[in-house]
Amino acid sequence: MSQLHIKSNVNGDDVEFLCEPEETLLEVLRDRLNLTGSKEGCGTGDCGACSVTMNGKLVCSCLVLGVEADNSKINTIEGMADGDKLHPLQQKFLDHAALQCGICTPGILVAAKALLEKNPSPSETEVRYWLAGNLCRCTGYDKIIRAVMDAAEEMRG
Amino acid sequence: MSPLNNNSQARQFKVIGTRPPRPDGIEKVTGKAQYGADLNVANMLFAKILRSPHAHAKVLSIDTSAAERLDGVKAVITSKDFDRFSSGQPNNILENSIAHQKVLYDGHGVAAVAATSDLIAKSALKLIKVKYETLPHVTDVDKAMEKSAPIVNKGYVLENVPKGHSENVTSYFEFGHGDLEAGFSKAEKIVTRSFKTEATHQGYIEPNACLASMTPDGKADLWCCTQGHYNVRAVCAEIMGMETSQLKVTASEIGGGFGGKTLIYIEPIALALSLKSGQPVKLVMTRDEVFKATGPTVSSSMDVKIGMTKDGKITAGEAKLRYQGGAFPNGTVEMGAQSAFASYDLKAVKTQGWNILTNRPMQAAYRAPGAPQAIYAVESVVDELCEVLNLDPLETRLKNAAKKGTLSSYGPTFDDIGLIATLEAAKNHPHYSAPISKNQGRGLSCGFWFNFGGDTCVTLNVNFDGTIGVTEGNPDIGGSRASISQMAAEEIGIAYEKVRTIIADTNSLGHNEITDGSRVTFAVGLATIKAARAAIKEMCKRAAMIWNIDEEAVRWENGSAIPAGPNAGKFDPLTIEEIAGMSSQTGGPIAGHHEVNAEGAGVSFGVHLVDVEVDKETGSSKIIRYTVFQDAGKAIHPSYVEGQMQGGAVQGIGWALNEEYIYGDDGKLQNPGFLDYRIPVASDLPMIDPVILEIPNPGHPYGVRGVGETSIVPPLAAISNAISRATSIRFSDLPMSPPKVLKAIKDKQRGNG
Amino acid sequence: MVKVRIWGSLRSATNNKEFVYVEAENFKQLLDNLSKKYPNLKPQISRGVSVSIDGLIYKNSWFAPIKPNSEVVLMPYMVGG
Repeated sequence: MSQLHIKSNVNGDDVEFLCEPEETLLEVLRDRLNLTGSKEGCGTGDCGACSVTMNGKLVCSCLVLGVEADNSKINTIEGMADGDKLHPLQQKFLDHAALQCGICTPGILVAAKALLEKNPSPSETEVRYWLAGNLCRCTGYDKIIRAVMDAAEEMRG
Repeated sequence: MSPLNNNSQARQFKVIGTRPPRPDGIEKVTGKAQYGADLNVANMLFAKILRSPHAHAKVLSIDTSAAERLDGVKAVITSKDFDRFSSGQPNNILENSIAHQKVLYDGHGVAAVAATSDLIAKSALKLIKVKYETLPHVTDVDKAMEKSAPIVNKGYVLENVPKGHSENVTSYFEFGHGDLEAGFSKAEKIVTRSFKTEATHQGYIEPNACLASMTPDGKADLWCCTQGHYNVRAVCAEIMGMETSQLKVTASEIGGGFGGKTLIYIEPIALALSLKSGQPVKLVMTRDEVFKATGPTVSSSMDVKIGMTKDGKITAGEAKLRYQGGAFPNGTVEMGAQSAFASYDLKAVKTQGWNILTNRPMQAAYRAPGAPQAIYAVESVVDELCEVLNLDPLETRLKNAAKKGTLSSYGPTFDDIGLIATLEAAKNHPHYSAPISKNQGRGLSCGFWFNFGGDTCVTLNVNFDGTIGVTEGNPDIGGSRASISQMAAEEIGIAYEKVRTIIADTNSLGHNEITDGSRVTFAVGLATIKAARAAIKEMCKRAAMIWNIDEEAVRWENGSAIPAGPNAGKFDPLTIEEIAGMSSQTGGPIAGHHEVNAEGAGVSFGVHLVDVEVDKETGSSKIIRYTVFQDAGKAIHPSYVEGQMQGGAVQGIGWALNEEYIYGDDGKLQNPGFLDYRIPVASDLPMIDPVILEIPNPGHPYGVRGVGETSIVPPLAAISNAISRATSIRFSDLPMSPPKVLKAIKDKQRGNG
Repeated sequence: MVKVRIWGSLRSATNNKEFVYVEAENFKQLLDNLSKKYPNLKPQISRGVSVSIDGLIYKNSWFAPIKPNSEVVLMPYMVGG
């Protein structure tokens, strides 16, 4: 079967690409669109390192087919900062040392941003349960939770 | 939280001890940072490895012809392709990656393919025909020791292994001192208990990945995620029959290692495929492959016997440790046997360790290799004795704690160590006296680990504008670039922002030992400080030339050269910017470098305190409160020291409560994925409170002790002790997953009812 | 003469002695002379050992100095992660 021609919008930019029917959105992002910020940690939707939003909904891009991105708006970690201005979440992660190796960080930032858009004033428990789908092996989550709560407070103004 | 400082004469630091932003931070929060799988180069191929479905089998034949004919396939290799390179293979690395005549574990590599796409490579694997003759297998450590066990791998038994065991027992160690019999006769209570721990995986979120480009003239470039790219160079060069200088290895950013990425699994395969195909080859492991074919920990079966007087003095301690680390020998049981009783001042102690081969992948370190298992067993028995004798567990640790002058259980006499200070800090912490509720238990454990030095090379360059570039060779797995920059800035007397530290490829520096053994802040820091001092010496020399005075008459202060005394002459200070700006005219660019096999690393102690609540309906355990106490010597960047303490504690929580390798009767790994190999998630945990102590290490200019590994050691027993006290049942088998705990609770209820 | 502590399972190579005595002014001389005096120690020494000198552990430093009254302990080659 020949490849399919897909038209999509990624981080505000219109894109077109070809992909195999069985390719995942994660593979398309990384291997076809050169957006390697989203990571493959497991390929089975268990670790959250591939988290992106699709039409405003948080998804594991390894569980979405590339063809499903047709006519959709995709937002990845690469679209989180505004030019040279970091998103408050990104800045707070740096301030709180909420990353060590950083491999889970893109997925966690995308997930945390989705949370705060839905619930600008989450409790610690709500943050922990929302992020339960994002595995981190380095930090023990402590500083990550602090960073998210602090960013939420700043964003509330 | 600022660290507790035990040394009132401590030097006043300007940059050390602060929390500046890390240099690689923005790249990592924006997705720009390049990890192992993120590099793409022109004309690149994609590789896949065919893996054995059997735990133990002879490989009778491999027919790769159909795979080779598939459109898009550019190279297919088996172990035979390596015959032409060299006969040496360091530490069985090659044979563990690609099977020779036998497959030794479920997932053992058998052949590999490089093709123009991932999809074609996967299709090609299906076309490779392998004929196996299955053999009996063994995966359990105790079963593998029995004389009747299938022999996993012949020819590895060392000369001092006592007779009477299966050939799977490859090494034997014994440590200790004193009269054990006399010691036990003095005890008023003796507890003997057997323990079992299953293998766990470091669980780094980034699967192993590399990109190799090798040409027929014997040159190669290799990009990989690793804890030690100089080690990768040395091992791969030997396997491929290359001169070391012709293999250039660049370490990518690394998505977690924890000891698991100190070994090599895929790089020689990628190099061989690249050579054969004439194109660069990218090889990325799947999560399934990571679990099956990288290096989990050993699994263990242990017996511990400890005697104590009624008032809490330990009179004798004995431990027997049986570790299995897969199909090849390893050096882990001796580390466990040495660490087991290291926290205690004992007159009579004896530990014995046996290493046993099984049909499992070659084990690798997971933070402190061998210590978590052994110390889990010892600290559980100490706690049981405290419970039975109705003694305070912390006071009892203090009563028996190793200190300066203690003859350690592994041989040397301790100098200044931080164990008593950490125990005192725990005792005085509000956590220790906080009330606990129904179905909750409080547990504590000491922890210990060695620290290493090792080969280290650092070059420090002074740019024309007075800023500094530090070039070092140790992959940053914990934020070390920040601490290294801090140490350079502190030593030279300039702002942190004026220093940039990078990790260079293997061509740019001499050999650097792997990032392991909690050695980087200690050893690379030491070398950085010495390199800085060498640059300072050169800058003073230039100032002396400019002022036309003797070199000895100049000294360095706060980032400037100044006359050493009133007799030197009246000169205004020359700043580093000024001296650097004139460096071409005064002789050339200024640099300092230091190459050393760093020795003098101390040992590291920690204490963990945890409150656990057990749900008696489900057997599920919840961590209510967790505090980590650890001696860091000197915390260069406290946030990253805290990060190590918290990260290690949470890994230990996972190990204690859920994580285990599950092998079926068929010898196959049943749970090679994050769904069924359950690591802690954010909703499982509370905040982890870190308390840093600072008992300076005299072997480092700023007092640094390594902290990266110790924090995985105490959680196992601390949590086990907490659950044991919450349920009044002694657990001796990890992990304490809900089904196991529930069964024990129900058994006890039935027994009582 | 330097007093060297030998770990339990190695004592089969030193006539069951916990302590042995050799001439040595540094790490390398220690291992060379131990091998000479107790040939059954050679396999372990060639596989690799660490030496603790007055409480500091050396993995591979030939010229690490040993004083006549130093505490010297033979240890397995250290590995970490």
